[in-house]
Amino acid sequence: MISVLLILIPLLAGLFTFFLKKDELAKAWTLGISAITFSIGVIALSIPEGDALLQFEQEWIPALGSSFSLKIDGMGKLLCLLTAIAFPLIFSAVWNKEYKNSNNFFALMLLGQAGLMGVFLATDALVFYFFWELALIPMYFLCSQWGGENRIRVSFKFFIYTFIGSVLMLIGILWLQSKTADQSFALQSFYSANLAPKDQSILFWLFFIAFAIKMPIFPLHTWQPDAYEQSPTAVTMVLSGVMVKMGLLGVIRWLMPVMPVAFHIWGDVVMSISVFGVVYASLIAIRQNDIKRLIAYSSIAHIGLMCMALFSENKSGMQGVMVQMFNHGINIIGLWIMAEVIERRFGTRKMSELGGLAQRFPAMAIFFVTIAFANIALPLTNAFAGEFLMFNGLLNTNTNPVYAILFTVLAGLAIILGAVYTLNMIRKVFFGEASSAAVATVPDLRINEKIALTIIVVIIFVTGFCPQLLLNVTDNISEVLTKAFVKPK
Amino acid sequence: MNVLIISAVFGVIMMFSGIILKKNSTVRTLAITGIILLLALNVWEMCSGKPLFAIDTKGMIVFDRFAHLFTTIAIGATLIYFLLSARDMEKVGVNYAEYFALIFFILCGVALVASFKSLLILFLGVEIISIPLYILTGADKRNLKSNEASLKYLLLGAFSTGLMLMGITLVYGSQGSFDISQPMLLESNGKVPVLLTAGMLLLLFSMAFKVSAAPFHFWTPDVYDGAPSVFTSFMATIVKAAIFIAFIRLFDEAFGALQAQWKMLLGIIIATTLFIGNITAVFQQSVKRMLAYSSIAQAGFMLFAVYALNAEAKEGLLLYSAAYCLATIGIFSVLIKLNDYTFDGFNGLAKKQPLLALVTTICLLSLAGIPLTAGFLSKFYMLKAAMTGGNGLWLVIFAVLMAAVSVYYYFRVIQAMYFKESSTTQELHVSNSFKITLVVVAALIVLLGIMPGLLIQFLYF
Repeated sequence: MISVLLILIPLLAGLFTFFLKKDELAKAWTLGISAITFSIGVIALSIPEGDALLQFEQEWIPALGSSFSLKIDGMGKLLCLLTAIAFPLIFSAVWNKEYKNSNNFFALMLLGQAGLMGVFLATDALVFYFFWELALIPMYFLCSQWGGENRIRVSFKFFIYTFIGSVLMLIGILWLQSKTADQSFALQSFYSANLAPKDQSILFWLFFIAFAIKMPIFPLHTWQPDAYEQSPTAVTMVLSGVMVKMGLLGVIRWLMPVMPVAFHIWGDVVMSISVFGVVYASLIAIRQNDIKRLIAYSSIAHIGLMCMALFSENKSGMQGVMVQMFNHGINIIGLWIMAEVIERRFGTRKMSELGGLAQRFPAMAIFFVTIAFANIALPLTNAFAGEFLMFNGLLNTNTNPVYAILFTVLAGLAIILGAVYTLNMIRKVFFGEASSAAVATVPDLRINEKIALTIIVVIIFVTGFCPQLLLNVTDNISEVLTKAFVKPK
Repeated sequence: MNVLIISAVFGVIMMFSGIILKKNSTVRTLAITGIILLLALNVWEMCSGKPLFAIDTKGMIVFDRFAHLFTTIAIGATLIYFLLSARDMEKVGVNYAEYFALIFFILCGVALVASFKSLLILFLGVEIISIPLYILTGADKRNLKSNEASLKYLLLGAFSTGLMLMGITLVYGSQGSFDISQPMLLESNGKVPVLLTAGMLLLLFSMAFKVSAAPFHFWTPDVYDGAPSVFTSFMATIVKAAIFIAFIRLFDEAFGALQAQWKMLLGIIIATTLFIGNITAVFQQSVKRMLAYSSIAQAGFMLFAVYALNAEAKEGLLLYSAAYCLATIGIFSVLIKLNDYTFDGFNGLAKKQPLLALVTTICLLSLAGIPLTAGFLSKFYMLKAAMTGGNGLWLVIFAVLMAAVSVYYYFRVIQAMYFKESSTTQELHVSNSFKITLVVVAALIVLLGIMPGLLIQFLYF
């Protein structure tokens, strides 16, 4: 029941928001709705796994063997919580920003939230596919309508990329369904379909391309920096904070346990591509001048690392990714809020035009530095535990040990590069010589921004001090999924 | 059986109503009443199984579930088409009542091709559909383009009819019967007679011509573009779907056992159709012409049903016809209201007429095959049918990549409506009944996209 509410509330409220003509009303309404969704997310977190409240099943298209079934497992809990936290944070952070036709803006945001929730909860492949697309359409309209100068071209590129991926996945789903014993789309039937290794390989790529585009993994990432830069920041937060997790979740839930052999066979290839992408994105990030583009490339690097850890095929890596999905979401939303704040205050995102802001805007500097430290996974911040687990996983990758060490070292290099570009950004924006922007008479953080950022910082430290909180949630599911891995020789 | 007779009778009534009734609005009301009556009688016959007229056709015409359901879809779509576009037919020419008469005659042909059991009836049906269409294409008499389109259509149509007749003759020559429900006679050593193969291929080609599958599609863009837009809308939807029903009936019942002979060929035709339709549509500047190519591309998808020939294929084809007819009629009805048929003509429509823009968007999303619309599920059925048939993987992958291409040109219209500013300040006036019908169309598309069972259940119960 809870699972249905998580989808239904934003969906219906979103449709209703189209009819709210007053801007202030629409804002308050969406914030309220997202707060309700958040509280339901918290309730879901507190209910033990396997409880009937977390599941839902309803016959949908029996002729096709599809039923509308949802289930919240450990990973689903964390991701739903992330989605549920992200939206109120975003809404409160952009409270002062004026959007044209803001009721449409907020309505589409809520519809996007409903789609995301559905992706994280669906345990029927057809339902999963439905929500996969449903999450995409509102984002397309949001980006094309309220984005920057090149918004139409860029968001269209984003759409086409994702659409190609998802139709390939659709074929994969169809093929898998024809291979299941009971001709159904249910996740459990997929899990128990014993596929020949040759079929697994083809299916693996049909699915993986869709997920890789969404994550995105080099060389399918080219839509991402443009889309992040051109989208309105609120949308960028959703895209990078929550939406990229669709790809990772897809691999964990729909790909790995269904075709473990292909997962093992192609693991080295994917890891090699990913590690190259991680280093490549980090190097590009160092050269960026635009804050938004820098964060975009840093996101590619982080996601690439998570993808590598997934393919390390052990519990440590798997659990590290689940925890890190949550943490990365929180951190990157924090960074985007800061980018948005800076852009709105000073009218520029170019680091070369900023500098020395720390003296006049101490609150801004404190928040930014804290979140940036979390982003480079300093100990006692949330990302540390996740990255530690992931690296532990990488070292024990189920492959030739030489490769495992090589992957770990290269990924470690990317962490160092991550520190380089993040600290460099802090230095250029907040320290050094005072720029013309630093003497501008603009207010420091507003109260609503402070609230959003404080919540983020609190989450960063709480989960940083006790990572066990997150590990407990994901322990069971990662244990179950680990059983599907091909055993090391 | 009801629909066959009543539509013919109404055709005659409408023909003479032009002489008796002086006001166009009365003629329109009469036509709409007629179509509602037709729909009601057809649904009644489908549900009760008892026709009003019991005519012994010697088994040449059999109205089974499939035929009934398709005629219901076709008549329902025609009703929506009348409600949306009947008013715009006035602009075409002076013979207002006759246009309705011709459309009723076409429906009579549609009923024939949906229910034939004999190749002769197939031929009759196709001709009854085609001849009124030649007239409708040339209805705008003072327009050179319309004349050209009509002549082109007539010449090429006559040619393909010739092919079809030749095919029927050859099949008859080898079988000694027009009946398609009997298994085909083969040579004593199990080989397929050459006459039969030749006849079958000729029939395949002529049907491919009628549904505008590549490489027999060359007439389509010119005819669709040249014909008055109101009639293009009818031609590209209901008529096309009807020919598809004939196609699948013919190849399922008559030549289903000989799949090995034509399946590969059909696969190539599908791939070519998808490729040419989609790629050429990308380069169009006029929305009307884009829709013509899109109809070729959609035909490629519908051909999957003939390729797969299983239960899902038949269900899927019915759903596809409904989804495709609804969406295309919806878009055409909006297009007709605009003066400018280029993509720029749609600029800023979302500001001027938010409702029209919304419905057009839903129709376009449905054509592009985005979930939550009927278009998605119908494409889904097609792909699933082809996959179940086996060996179709290469074709299916090619088809979805082409579907991704189609997103490009469908979304150009959405981009124009929502994200571009209008250059003209000209107001667009539409009546409330038009808007309500459009909302019904959009609601049907979404409803079928969530619960296809609503339609498909009639095939069985």
